[in-house]
Amino acid sequence: MSLKNDRRLLMLDKFTLQHEHRKDALLEILHYAQELFGYLDKDLLTHISVSLNLPPSHVYGVATFYNFFKLKKPGSHVVTFCFGTACFVKGVEDIISTVENEFGVKRGETRADGKLSLFITRCIGACAMAPNSIVDDAVVGRGTPEIVVNRIKSVLGEEKVEAD
Amino acid sequence: MKPIDIIMLAERDLDLRRSYKYRINICCSSGCLPFGAEAVLKAFEEAVKEFGVEKDCKVARTGCVGTCSVGPAVVVEPGDYLYQNVVPENAREIVKEHIVKGTPVKNLLYSNEAFFKKQHRLILRNAGKTDPYNIEDYIAMGGYSALIKCLTNMTPKAIIDEVTASGLRGRGGAGFLTGQKWSFVARASGTPKYVIANLDEGDPGVFANRTLAEADPHAIIEGMLIAAYATGVEYSYIYIRAEYPLAITTLKKALDQAKSLNLVGENILETTFKLNIDLRLGAGAFVAGEETAILASVEGERAMPRPRPPYPATSGLWAKPTLIQNVETLANIPLIVLNGGAWFARIGTPKCSGTKCFSLTGKINSPGLIEVPMGTTLREVVFDIGGGILNNRKFKAVLVGGPSGGCLPEDLLDLPIDYESLTQAGAIMGSGGIVVIDDQSCMVDTAKFFTDFCVDESCGKCVPCRTGLYKVKRIFERIMQGEGRLEDMNLLDEAGGYIREASLCGLGQTAPNPILTTLRYFKDEYVQHIIHRNCPAGKCFKKGVKAEK
Repeated sequence: MSLKNDRRLLMLDKFTLQHEHRKDALLEILHYAQELFGYLDKDLLTHISVSLNLPPSHVYGVATFYNFFKLKKPGSHVVTFCFGTACFVKGVEDIISTVENEFGVKRGETRADGKLSLFITRCIGACAMAPNSIVDDAVVGRGTPEIVVNRIKSVLGEEKVEAD
Repeated sequence: MKPIDIIMLAERDLDLRRSYKYRINICCSSGCLPFGAEAVLKAFEEAVKEFGVEKDCKVARTGCVGTCSVGPAVVVEPGDYLYQNVVPENAREIVKEHIVKGTPVKNLLYSNEAFFKKQHRLILRNAGKTDPYNIEDYIAMGGYSALIKCLTNMTPKAIIDEVTASGLRGRGGAGFLTGQKWSFVARASGTPKYVIANLDEGDPGVFANRTLAEADPHAIIEGMLIAAYATGVEYSYIYIRAEYPLAITTLKKALDQAKSLNLVGENILETTFKLNIDLRLGAGAFVAGEETAILASVEGERAMPRPRPPYPATSGLWAKPTLIQNVETLANIPLIVLNGGAWFARIGTPKCSGTKCFSLTGKINSPGLIEVPMGTTLREVVFDIGGGILNNRKFKAVLVGGPSGGCLPEDLLDLPIDYESLTQAGAIMGSGGIVVIDDQSCMVDTAKFFTDFCVDESCGKCVPCRTGLYKVKRIFERIMQGEGRLEDMNLLDEAGGYIREASLCGLGQTAPNPILTTLRYFKDEYVQHIIHRNCPAGKCFKKGVKAEK
């Protein structure tokens, strides 16, 4: 990612300044950076380490420690499966493997065309509606393989219409 | 704002609340929103206008009622009539029949009456009854009167004495006596002192804290204020998971409103007491909910636990005295202050007073969030409140305490729920997750699932947890591939014991629980897997075939 002349970087610097460049604000700054850029690229992490006067290894270590931070660019559509206990008991595994086969992409990866990423999360706390999947920020509760596959198809289909 | 202003505000809002003959509460928490609760809210607002009953009937956005499986849920007061699976089209009918004519629409009502009958709602007192976005709603229900009582009438020592007398124990899982913890922090030297409200509910299958924050954020804030006043704290943090966006928004709004009424910040209610409350976002690490790991995370480091002693009460955040409490514990505090410790001690069992929230999920008819007095049996929870097993299948096990809890079989269902009984049976209270497992699930597979989880979530600091759990995972993989040996069972048992004894923090110490309890109560399933390469539930070896491909 080229960061030169990126306006978002100014916003990030302003946010860092608001936190008085305090080292303990690292998590807050990483959250904000991910909100702005979508994921945390190596150059971005280096930039943060310089602005907080922390070793890059420390910043990289923190960013990789927490599951919430993404270090690779996600696809234009993101599907996240909840792999919490309730969803596991209610059979989210079937949904995941069906989606994997249907769309040709493995969990934790992005499809070669960059359109679809599948992620696993440990519990979104909506267990009474298990099994849960999140398709582009919308929670699909009480899912079945068919419901989720259809939802993903319709989301991917929308993009085609826009492109036309 | 002075205390008297808050009291007058409460009276005014209570009068306003009473001026309505009916109140329609629409659950707009994470459970109901994906199923269209916002649209239902709008439909009700329009229907009330259409029938011209705005003056008699208030339509309100509220937090969770607890019956998350039948959302969107709508409750009509008085009488607490709960309508299930409401769609916008139902709004006109309900308003027309129930509000205008006064007869509830029977075919839309929630069917499991036992769900509420056996519950005792203290922590969730306002959940589903007040608007979490509106501080006046909370004040009208008696909110912040406990804080006023503390600031005007009680010394910090008197508050700590009340909390000690109540016998309240930490609801985060360890069950440490809250009053004792407070007195440690109050006595500790060093300033500034800190309070951390722990809302890092990382356990999969648990959503009690999220629901509390979404439904009644001010109960948490009031609890924090009282805790801070009693222990002499000026700075505090609410540490919340980033995976809970709605809870974060709700808490932020609540904090802004509390600040605008001079309930948080400098010179609270024109006294010398001050408390600064900041939100800190977690980032998806299960271990961050551990008492010392949360300190590292708030300091912007990797959430790795620290050896104890020194305990956080004497050397916590930036080596200053720090009080760390689960938000559920904090939500109890206002009630204890108002009603007295002796009142609280009478609820529950002598050793475990009060109530506890449980997230009831899995293969069960009425999953949701429940609150029961300590000492309630698992059978009552699963079969009465939970309404029995889904599709009339056979009960197999109940997992109590999250991923590091224990799987308990049917003959332990009459176990009363309290810290000691659960620990004795091999489970833990944890953060209150109850997952019901039926005969379609394989216990070996379930134990492997939790081991995988703990391998992922182990922070890597100490060897027993980091390497030991990985070894255990390999043994499970071997069994799943049909290459298990009989001595593997002893090996699992032995390894589990070592990991439990030698790990530094709660994650490692409890991680072997699912393995040890499944070995203890479901040994024959292991034997079936190892000797006959057969999974009684028909789950495992299908996967093995796939893996070979």
